[in-house]
Formats: sequence, C-alpha cells, structure tokens
Amino acid sequence: MSSVATGLSALDRLDRLARLDTRVHRVDPRAKVIATAVYIVCVVSYGRYDVLGLLPFAVFPVVLATEGGLPLGFLGRLLLVVSPFALVMGAFNPLFDREVVAQVGAWGITGGWISYASIVLRFLLTAATALVLTATTSFTGICLALQKLRVPDVLVTQLLLLFRYIFVLGDEATRMSQARRLRSFGRRGMGWRVYGQMLGQLLLRTVARAQRIYLAMKCRGFDGEIRVAQRLRFRTADLLFTIGWSAVFILFRVVDLPLAVGHLVTGLGG
Amino acid sequence: MSHHTISVRELSFAYPDGTRALDDVSFEVGHGEAIAVVGANGVGKSTLLLHLNGLLTPAHGTVDIGGIPVTKGTLPDIRRTVGMVFQDPDDQLFMPTVAEDVGFGPLNLGLPADAVAARVVEALARVGAAHLAERPPYRLSGGEKRAVAIATVLAMEPNVLVMDEPSSGLDPQARRRLIGLLASFEHTRIIATHDLDLAAELCERTIVMGGGRVLADRPTAQVFRDDELLAAGGLERPLGMRACPVCGAPPGPAKVRTTRSGGAAAPPEPPAGPLR
Repeated sequence: MSSVATGLSALDRLDRLARLDTRVHRVDPRAKVIATAVYIVCVVSYGRYDVLGLLPFAVFPVVLATEGGLPLGFLGRLLLVVSPFALVMGAFNPLFDREVVAQVGAWGITGGWISYASIVLRFLLTAATALVLTATTSFTGICLALQKLRVPDVLVTQLLLLFRYIFVLGDEATRMSQARRLRSFGRRGMGWRVYGQMLGQLLLRTVARAQRIYLAMKCRGFDGEIRVAQRLRFRTADLLFTIGWSAVFILFRVVDLPLAVGHLVTGLGG
Repeated sequence: MSHHTISVRELSFAYPDGTRALDDVSFEVGHGEAIAVVGANGVGKSTLLLHLNGLLTPAHGTVDIGGIPVTKGTLPDIRRTVGMVFQDPDDQLFMPTVAEDVGFGPLNLGLPADAVAARVVEALARVGAAHLAERPPYRLSGGEKRAVAIATVLAMEPNVLVMDEPSSGLDPQARRRLIGLLASFEHTRIIATHDLDLAAELCERTIVMGGGRVLADRPTAQVFRDDELLAAGGLERPLGMRACPVCGAPPGPAKVRTTRSGGAAAPPEPPAGPLR
C-alpha cells in the first residue's frame, strides 16, 4: 500500500473511533475544543529549557484516551508517524547550544539537548491531544463546534470540505502514482521532473473538481454558509469538563508540580 | 401554470476560450415527459444541461422552466424546480455524512429542522438507501453513491430532474435497478446518456445532438431505427434493437417506450432492491 493510502486508512480509522459511545465521546464537542485550546496554550507557553514542568500535562491525553476506549497502540503509531517533523525541527539545538547546564555523574548535559527534549515533548503532548480530540469527537464534530464558537464560516467550510475530499484526492494520487509505476522501469520515469508534472496535474484536476463541486452546491442553494441540522446541547457536565480541565492545566502551569514533589520528597528525606 | 415544462429557444453558447458548444438549440418538453439527449462525446450535452438550471448563462436565446425564464432574479426558484444529478457522484456528495448531504438542500431552502429530517428519511427511502444515512460518502460503493446523489436532489422536491450519464460506472444489476427507479418517477426527466438501451427503455422521445446543434428530435423508436441519423450522431443502434449476434435472428418486439408516463402504458416495475 502506498504511504498516501496508509495515511488515509489511519484517518478513516480515527473517524470510525469517533463513532464509539463513551463518556468522553458524549462530552459536547465545544467543551472538548475549548479545553484542548487551553491545554495547547499552556503547553506551548513554557520556556525553552522546561522539561520537567511539562510532564504532568501527559495526564489529559492519557485519561481521555483510556476513558474513551481508544487503542493506545494505534495512537502511539500515529504519533510516531507524525513525529519526524518535530525531531528534525529541533535537531540543530544540540549543535548550536553547547553550554553545559547540568552534570549527571561524568556526563555534562548541554542546554541544546534540554531544549531539544522540551521541543519534542511539547510536540508529543499537543499532537497526542489533537489525535485524541479527533478520535473522540470526529472531524465533523470539531467543525461543528468551531462553527458554534463563531469561527468564520469560510474556515469551517474549508475544513469540512478538506476532510471530505482528502479521500477523493488521495485515491486520485494513488491511481496516478500506480499508473506511473506500471510504465516506469528502474529509475527511468521515476525522476523528480515527472513528479513535479504529476503534482501539477493533480492541482489542475483538483481545481476542475472544485468547480464541479461548487456548481453542485449552488444547485442546492449554497449561499456561503453550510448549515448542519445536528443540534448540540451544552449541559452542566460539559461546563464542568471545560472548567475542571482548564483549572488543572492552569494549576500545572502556575505551580511547578514535579519541583514541589521533589522538594517534598527531599524535605522528608532530610 | 405547470412548473414541469421546459422550453429552450435558439440557445447558443460559447466557452470563454472560444469553443462554440451550443449553436441555435431549440426544443420543448411537456409535463412528465422523459427525454433522452444523446450524441458523441463533446457535442454539448453537458453544456446544454448546465443551462437548464442557470449554471451557465446563454450567449443567445432563452430557457424557460414552467413558463419562467431562467435569469439571475429567478435562479432560486429555478433551482428548486430543476434538480440536477451530476455525472460524478463524488462531486455531488460533499457533506460528512449521507444524511447531512441529503439535508443540505432543504436546509438551504430554509425549512425547519424536523421538516428537513422528514425529507431526508423520505428521499433516502425512495432510492432504497435508508440504511446508509449515517455513513460518510467516501465509504459508499458506486451504486450507493449514485442512489444517494439522486436522493439529495429528490429531497428538494423538484418538478424536473436533469441527469448527466446516470448509468455510467454502474454494474449491470445496479444499472437495472437505476432504470427501475427512474421509470418510477413522475417528474419531467431529461437524461443525457451514452447508454442507448437505457434511453430506449426510459424515454419516449430522444434528442440527437451533433456539433452543438440538434440533429433530430423525434420519438425514440424512430431515432434508433434511423441508421443514417445514428451514424451522423456518432452513435449506433442500442443492443436491444439489433439482430442477435449469435444466431442472427432479428430483434424481438423492441422494448421502447412509446407512451407518455402516466398514460395508458402499464406502470413501470418498482426497483427490485436498493442500489448497490
């Protein structure tokens, strides 16, 4: 299977998981979206050398994933698939920042390695939370929440159509690449030049399809706003979910929990 | 006045790149009639269909639906009256689930939520796709997509159905069920197709197009026996009207519709099952 097809099947599986019916799935999408937004803001607001302070934040995705009955192995593999981005982004930190900031036995740990660890950890936390949010809310649910939270229609429409047509586009790309492989031998025909032309073709086909979709939408009275009949209900439990988790995140951010625990332990020991 | 009639007069259209797609096309369609539009690739069939609900604006000539001219001002009315089923169902099914897609049009018409829900249920039941309501469109088979695409249009309760290649890409049984479904409709129908057997079974009248013009507009049975006309239109006789390719026996009594639907003809058989 091509990498495109693998990615799409993972996306498809996320969407299927979102149809489960658990306590986490039943929480109003808006509550989950707001809590996630607070979470992300808290996590990315840490300084570049913070590592320990971030650790408690793992609680949120882990609790949601287990309560939501999500397969942890599948989520872990997805995280691995997306992690090269973060691994590459911070890869130069250890080279540029060689000042030793901590000593473990004979080992000097440089600031570069600590900031690298911080970047990767922050990425893992936020990406895991985004995946868990999608797998417990569904992409459509998230879009609906965004619409109700007054995010501009243009953006919501884009997201909805993106999710719908990423499968069509993926199939088209897979077919094109299969057609090329069938008529390429060895390295002939597999070069970058052809690759560029294929991308161009794909873009043109996408534009043509977009025009046909727009016509079909106009035929059925589209006026710029996608209306969804589904109604959301924001109950007290949803409010508690939002406020409770947000309070926890802010607490984590304000009180350095690992440090406090460390003080407590060493204090007791001494 | 009936909303179900179509009147196209001296219609001409050229694309911005200069391609002359339609040249002086005129025809009339009466209440409840089923008309086939046939012709080779690129003779302007799809362009003609796009004029019937104002997706393209004529360079010359007029299109009237139920006596109302298609203009910018009448577009909302026209689009409620004329339901268009596109050639590729993937272009038509753009919402996250089947039910939401079928509800898209009625919601845009401003119907209240429970009326929309009722229309969704009814339209899906009509095409035998009630069990697909919660499925995302990308997980449907070709026949299912086609059925749902038709339901999205039925939910708007149009008087006229315009279809572009409804049987393309369907397996034989799905195609058979589609024909049954289309035959059971009482709407005025305009069907552009290369499936001449489908045209022969469903449509009492056939318009043959060539080079952007109307080559002939006659009863289907006459059109498909006129080999000269068929050759000029880049067509051939439907399989059902040819001699047997094995034993050479002449075709049996042609299965061609000659009476108007709702007339004296026996009611068409309902579809045998859901489209798959």
